[in-house]
Amino acid sequence: MRPFKYTRATTLPSAIKELSGNAQSRILAGGTNLLDLMKEDVERPEALIDITHLPHSAVKSLSQGAAKSGVLLDALGKNSETANHLLIRSQYPMLSQAILAGASAQIRNMATNGGNLLQRTRCPYFYDVAMPCNKRTPGSGCGALEGFNRMHAVFGWSDKCIAVHPSDMAVALAALDAKVLAQNEAGQQRRLTFDEFFRLPGDAPEKDNNLQHGDLITGIELPASNFADHSYYAKVRDRSSYAFALVSVAAGLQLNGKQISDVRVAMGGVAHKPWRALTAEKMLKGKEATEANFKAAAKAEMAAAKPHEYNKFKIELGERAIALALTNALNYGS
Amino acid sequence: MSEENQNPDLTDDEKRLFADLMPEDLKEIMDSGFNRRHFLKLMSIGGASVLAANLLGAEQVLARPLATEQAAATAAIENGVKLSFNINGASRSLTVDSRMTLLDTVRERLQLTGSKKGCDHGQCGACTVIIDGQRVLSCLTLAATCEGKKVTTIEGLANNNQLHPMQEAFIKHDGFQCGYCTPGQICSAVALLGEAKKGDASYVTSNIKQTGSAQQLSEDEIRERMSGNICRCGAYPNIVAAIMEVHSGKPVDQHFNFAG
Ligand SMILES: Cc1cc2nc3c(=O)[nH]c(=O)nc-3n(C[C@H](O)[C@H](O)[C@H](O)COP(=O)(O)OP(=O)(O)OC[C@H]3O[C@@H](n4cnc5c(N)ncnc54)[C@H](O)[C@@H]3O)c2cc1C
Ligand code: SF4
Ligand code: FES
Ligand code: FES
Repeated sequence: MRPFKYTRATTLPSAIKELSGNAQSRILAGGTNLLDLMKEDVERPEALIDITHLPHSAVKSLSQGAAKSGVLLDALGKNSETANHLLIRSQYPMLSQAILAGASAQIRNMATNGGNLLQRTRCPYFYDVAMPCNKRTPGSGCGALEGFNRMHAVFGWSDKCIAVHPSDMAVALAALDAKVLAQNEAGQQRRLTFDEFFRLPGDAPEKDNNLQHGDLITGIELPASNFADHSYYAKVRDRSSYAFALVSVAAGLQLNGKQISDVRVAMGGVAHKPWRALTAEKMLKGKEATEANFKAAAKAEMAAAKPHEYNKFKIELGERAIALALTNALNYGS
Repeated sequence: MSEENQNPDLTDDEKRLFADLMPEDLKEIMDSGFNRRHFLKLMSIGGASVLAANLLGAEQVLARPLATEQAAATAAIENGVKLSFNINGASRSLTVDSRMTLLDTVRERLQLTGSKKGCDHGQCGACTVIIDGQRVLSCLTLAATCEGKKVTTIEGLANNNQLHPMQEAFIKHDGFQCGYCTPGQICSAVALLGEAKKGDASYVTSNIKQTGSAQQLSEDEIRERMSGNICRCGAYPNIVAAIMEVHSGKPVDQHFNFAG
């Protein structure tokens, strides 16, 4: 690992100031992704600003009075406290499930909510500094495009990069219409929808998202949920635990009798960002919640997929995972 | 020089330990060195737990500092960070290179070599330690971030020669083969007990919305909750049995029998 200066931040504004002052500085949260990448020489920061000692509470209810309202996840909250928080388990169970489907108990105790969104792709060419990779070294080419691309994207990729975003938590957050709160040196607070926050690779795969250097994520806001009764997070991977997703699906149903009054489907492991399955959602709204309808919607969604040499299996897997997640959401807890 | 003739060069602590554990052997050790014969003798003293208690005690004193703290501190440290934290009940202050992980710090600076480096990338769990009650990976934790924290490693679980119940259960159920993953497995399992008591959920919890009470874990639950600890020897069935015994408070049958 290359030498770097370590600073323990005492306040949020001082952390932002320190971060803005040096383009080669990075925030250190749980460190589970950043330190790994520093050991691999992929990340080479000159300075780390440790924010883990700053006071925070994992989850705050935004409720005023009896009205149903949202929650605020602190960026510094640990993944494990967030997943086990009673408000999240009871009102956003798919988020608890998604977090608990990721990594291991030890890593979830370290990983923060902000760091989870900003974790970088697990594309093996990105990790190997001897390989070409436009995300790591812009202009060097994409090793995966014609390489071993089993884990890679089937939606929204460009010929510059076909990597996927690895987070499970972010998939559930996308389904729940979460917003990312970011703050900069000028003290400006921005509230970004997931569409505004994440991006597709296009011609600039080095940028995972639309934050600027100097932006600190302070929290993640969730609107009141109508999907607590019928939701599920399905994850398909090479072994049954402690592995990244090949394909994952967060599904939520709001029912009026047998009829679907609202529905959310988001996918992981298929694109550069958590992928909202809008085609499937549109098809299902107003229909009856039946397995046949779930399957038809899943097929329609995956029809637009463009696979690579080694990940053609993701099309049928995607169809099945969408149908499974919706079926399990329908029957959850009964 | 043959192993047999090496001067054992015992410290006072070591003499006291051997006098305690096997008085009849001490004289011979002093005369002829701690050789393979004595090790084999130890193996035959009795049940496995006697052996483990001996090894555990012995490891604590035998793992005496190879290099003094002073010497280590003068080695090239870049971007030094002053650090005070509690390790296994003792307060320690030292200056570390900002790059130093907690794992390298306990192993190389504090001579606590129980925590193991399997992968150094968060993928195996061999380096698992407990910080402020939470199990974490010491290979992805910078020592500098541990200011004011309370760290427990495998060396801190036993109370002198009284093993932690989880250590005893691992011995009873033979929850290891080579033993490399074991310190991490045991630290992880000890923290798991606390999580289950709090009612924490896992990905295989059947209804995540049912919150509150302490969890009575199934074998599937234990497997999922321990998935961050890889065992290359595949001792999993015995590891699960050991954890189940301590978690449930009821004896669990051993999956194996001693020969003859
Ligand atoms: C072996 C292994 C298996 C894993 N498996 C999974 C899995 O199956 N599913 C899954 O979803 N994840 C998995 N993970 C990834 C893990 O979830 C992430 O590493 C973790 O969520 C990152 O959070 P962190 O707090 O540790 O981030 P850090 O590593 O501290 O930071 C990540 C990045 O975000 C920046 N940053 C952090 N916080 C902020 C902030 N508040 N504002 C601005 N910038 C910030 C940092 O500068 C850094 O660039 C796995 C990780 C490992 C090591
Ligand atoms: S897919 Fe993206 S991350 Fe992987 S090698 Fe290509 S450019 Fe790099
Ligand atoms: S050594 Fe830390 S997880 Fe493998
Ligand atoms: S006992 Fe050998 S790796 Fe687990």
